[in-house]
Amino acid sequence: MGSGERVEFDNKVVNWIDERLPLFTLMQKEYGVFPTPRNFNYFWNFGAIAMFMLIAMIATGIFLAMNYTPHVDMAFDSVERIDRDVNWGWMLRDIHMNGGSFFFIAVYIHIFRGMYYGSYKKPRELLWILGVVIFLLMMATAFMGYVLPWGQMSYWGATVITNLFSAIPFVGDSIVTLLWGGFSIDNPTLNRFFALHYLMPFVILAVVFLHVWALHICGSNNPSGIEPKGKQDTLPFHPYYTMKDTFGLLVFLVIFCVFVFYAPDYLGHPDNYKEANALVTPAHIVPEWYFLPFYAILRAITFDIGIPFTEITIISAKLGGVISMFGSIGLLLILPWLDTHPIRSARYRPKYKFFLLVFLAVFCMLGYVGSQSADAVFFGLPMTLIGILCTTYYYGFFLVIIPWLNNTEKGKDLPKSIHDAVLKTEREKA
Amino acid sequence: MAAGSKSIDHDDEGETRRDFLFLTAGSFGAVGAGVVAWPFVSSMNPAADTLALSTTEVPLDKIPKGQSITVMWQGKPVFVRHRTDKEIEEARAVNQAELSDKQDDSERIKENKDEWLVVVGICTHLGCVPVGQKTSQSKGEYGGWFCPCHGSHYDTSGRIRKGPAPKNLAVPPYEFLSDTLIKIG
Ligand code: HEM
Ligand code: FES
Repeated sequence: MGSGERVEFDNKVVNWIDERLPLFTLMQKEYGVFPTPRNFNYFWNFGAIAMFMLIAMIATGIFLAMNYTPHVDMAFDSVERIDRDVNWGWMLRDIHMNGGSFFFIAVYIHIFRGMYYGSYKKPRELLWILGVVIFLLMMATAFMGYVLPWGQMSYWGATVITNLFSAIPFVGDSIVTLLWGGFSIDNPTLNRFFALHYLMPFVILAVVFLHVWALHICGSNNPSGIEPKGKQDTLPFHPYYTMKDTFGLLVFLVIFCVFVFYAPDYLGHPDNYKEANALVTPAHIVPEWYFLPFYAILRAITFDIGIPFTEITIISAKLGGVISMFGSIGLLLILPWLDTHPIRSARYRPKYKFFLLVFLAVFCMLGYVGSQSADAVFFGLPMTLIGILCTTYYYGFFLVIIPWLNNTEKGKDLPKSIHDAVLKTEREKA
Repeated sequence: MAAGSKSIDHDDEGETRRDFLFLTAGSFGAVGAGVVAWPFVSSMNPAADTLALSTTEVPLDKIPKGQSITVMWQGKPVFVRHRTDKEIEEARAVNQAELSDKQDDSERIKENKDEWLVVVGICTHLGCVPVGQKTSQSKGEYGGWFCPCHGSHYDTSGRIRKGPAPKNLAVPPYEFLSDTLIKIG
């Protein structure tokens, strides 16, 4: 990094620093003149939005931590105090609480963008994998954060999720005891979750750095999915995309503010305003909305898998659920090797596009299934059936449909270049 | 180095000795790292004071037949149920082949103390507290407990009969100190 060419700056101070530590050169190269495909649509805003949300979470989190007490006897009250007595505490908390949700909204759209336009394909496999790692870290962070206010959902959500690990054969129970630091979710658990919840966002920040670094090695994908071939296909990042990103971010923040200031608890669960009680399980435990599709996959497996006609169980329903839940994210990790079709963008792959949109609908449906109680009914069908059907499609999409399309989908003719594609749509519009 | 070292005389001998030293140093380093990591991991396991809290005494004389109480042991709810004759009968009569986690009622109680069932009140599925402790609550299809989280039914011996839970409700270690007093843990 250090030995590359330097840019000369007019400002003497800037130049002096840059000669010794070429930070300004770096910024100029990576965010100033950085050649960026000229045909981005608004889907390309969500990386920047996610970055903004991460910073916002860290900023609000640090100030919340100054007033938060990680002890089972005081945690709930300290959060109530933040809401009621601490100057602007309600705002910090509402930004942090809803910020988690909006961070996930941005990241889900960001991931879907990648799937739609084939951004995970060569040479961006590692970039994609780093993204999935960030997603996993975010889930761990949000899960532990949700335990901190020590409400009923905090406590029981944490109980259900940590108990998942007991499904692991032989060592499961020891792992759960290790996670808890005791024999149930208790003070040692709350304490360590706070320590880790404070740490993990900085780990995320580090992985985001690698993610962006990898991006700047191979450059951005774009809606056409074809690589820029020359100057006519790109624009300098600044001012074109700094402006577009800022505009998109502002629109996003307007919606965010509506939630923060007018419906701060809309995305939350009322049970979490009751203090944790180890003796009373809420009738219906639900995780935060952004975990619902995966929670539905977890619950979809309600049967043991064994050797037919014997009573030997190889995988209990519980372990089966855990494996399918983690597996569903594992599939994202290997997606670059499942989808080897030479065309990237779904724009030129009508069949892939169709199945991907069905996948999106199924994923949302899974979210709905996850929000319902296990014995609920959906238009006369048991919810568990819907759950297993959707889970089957989820897996089928990755393991059957995508490999099948690799060999059978012909796709549409690709434009000669980005420049060409842009001019064509302009002409069609005119 | 790769290109230049070819010309050195003791090339072969040097390389093997170096490999050996490299491997030994490497393995010692790895073992050392493991030894250092252990205290960190171990510090996350239950601390001495947490372990010290691990017995609870429960007087039984205030629990009428047909009722249960819930006590806390190691931060977990424990159900102590004073079973009726009918409940004991039901628990004994079960055909073992019907059970997914096969256990006879006699393995789950203390000898000659058939009236008393002591189980950890945590569903073996994902850890909810089953209902059925209060007379007003549903006891499930088998008269024991019902876990509302994902619908597991337990019988009057605390055995899993229906639903996603894989195991019977755990029986904690306990002993009768006298006819009317037990010590759990
Ligand atoms: C990846 C970024 C982060 C995510 C996704 C996240 C998520 C969450 C969530 C979902 C909650 C529960 C909110 C509630 O229901 O009240 C929470 C609470 C909390 N978080 Fe974070 N957080 C992040 C970063 C941070 C950071 C960096 C800190 C501290 C330096 C922090 C400190 C806290 C504190 C003290 C609470 C408890 C107060 C409260 O419940 O509002 N968070 N977090
Ligand atoms: S936790 Fe009891 S049925 Fe799932």
